[in-house]
Amino acid sequence: MDKDFKAEENSDAKKAPKRLAFIKTRTAARVKSEEEEMVMTFPNLVVKEIIAFQVMVIVLVLISLFVNAPLEWIANPDHTPNPAKAPWYFLGLQELLHYFPPVVGGVILPTLTVIALIAIPYFKINLKKDGMWKEHPRQTLTGFLIFVGIVSLILLLFRVYAMLVPTIMISAIMLIPYVSRREGGIVGWLGTRPLSWWVMTWFVIIAVVLTTIGTLFRGPEWRWTWPWQGIY
Amino acid sequence: MKKLLHQLYRSQVWRSIFRHGLPESNRTRAEAVFYNFFLHVHPTKVRKRSVIFSYTWGLGGLSFGLFIVLVATGALLMLYYRPSAPQAYWDMKDLQFVVSSGQFLRNMHRWAAHAMVAVVFLHMLRVFYTGAYRPPKEFNWVIGVILLVTTILLSYTGYLLPWDQLSFWGISVGTNMIRAMPLGLGEKVSFLLLGGNIVGENALVRFYVLHCFIIPVAAIMLMVIHFWRVRKDGGV
Repeated sequence: MDKDFKAEENSDAKKAPKRLAFIKTRTAARVKSEEEEMVMTFPNLVVKEIIAFQVMVIVLVLISLFVNAPLEWIANPDHTPNPAKAPWYFLGLQELLHYFPPVVGGVILPTLTVIALIAIPYFKINLKKDGMWKEHPRQTLTGFLIFVGIVSLILLLFRVYAMLVPTIMISAIMLIPYVSRREGGIVGWLGTRPLSWWVMTWFVIIAVVLTTIGTLFRGPEWRWTWPWQGIY
Repeated sequence: MKKLLHQLYRSQVWRSIFRHGLPESNRTRAEAVFYNFFLHVHPTKVRKRSVIFSYTWGLGGLSFGLFIVLVATGALLMLYYRPSAPQAYWDMKDLQFVVSSGQFLRNMHRWAAHAMVAVVFLHMLRVFYTGAYRPPKEFNWVIGVILLVTTILLSYTGYLLPWDQLSFWGISVGTNMIRAMPLGLGEKVSFLLLGGNIVGENALVRFYVLHCFIIPVAAIMLMVIHFWRVRKDGGV
């Protein structure tokens, strides 16, 4: 078993005449790192902040000079546009609404997403830095296949191909380091990715795919349209 | 000229405002941060690693920068906007055709708002992929997720205010999602938000108050805690 702490002795008389520190696992990064190089905040950081802010304002001004914010006709409750779309950051959700019943797509899935995000740092599995296949690869594989199988089955049942295809593709990529075990290159890099990394990457890709479909590929009656047929 | 400037820097008035000399030595550079109200959220020294741009992409700072731009443009927009139907829409038209730089002001607010949603999301991804949510920063991650939700709510409540077809139906779609909440909760929550059963003038006033006062105040408080904890946990 790993020790919960490590003893460190610093005998650099300039820094600490004699120091004995017990460093537990749950400590700030600044305690763990032994001798990180430091720079003065002014000007090193402050100048960068000012430049970043100014570049951002310049870019915003340029966009605002040339692209006008949309303004349609006055709100009219009697005239429903087809399709009626929410702002872009909700179009992933609206796309879900197309597949699942409103309770699932509009309430349960977004709530679960927020809860899952909040819970990330409180679960040991998300704090692991080892690749997902490093410990107990056999058991991991069984659990992985069962989980992916169930998720894929549900997605297939509701015909959510927009989620099913990325899910299967990512699962296949996750399996590469299990099959190949090469150390270097891309395969080696994939092998060092922890499970939490994969789950987050899966979530981001799904979110991007759904939002893109909802924004660019959905027209009247929420039917599939290509962007060159018009963006609704 | 140079002599005059130096005299200015040494004058009592200047020294009463900036209590340190020119940042020419490490001591005065430290004081420039330490004695400045706006900079004192920062430590006087930072780890070299954390000022490398490609490590953070400045996304947290840019989120805050966008918030400042939004407060500034939003305050100016409030001067020309009345949250009543249909006046809200005519005020939009006035911004477009009557107010000097009105269209520019509105563009800036709109694009900065969209950018902020994206940048805050990207900031969350950066924090995740660099593992910066690990203990002892767990709770700051939680505050960050709440800030992401707050940002989306800010953007969404502002979406109704122009009172055009886009905003009316965008909000209708969203509040219909809320209606799907189980146990009869959906109807109640959506009635509370809209001040009625459909998106109408009551909804406009409620979204206006949420957008311009309640959510920004909540966001500012969360941000203050967020920054304070970043610093306490050894960050910049």
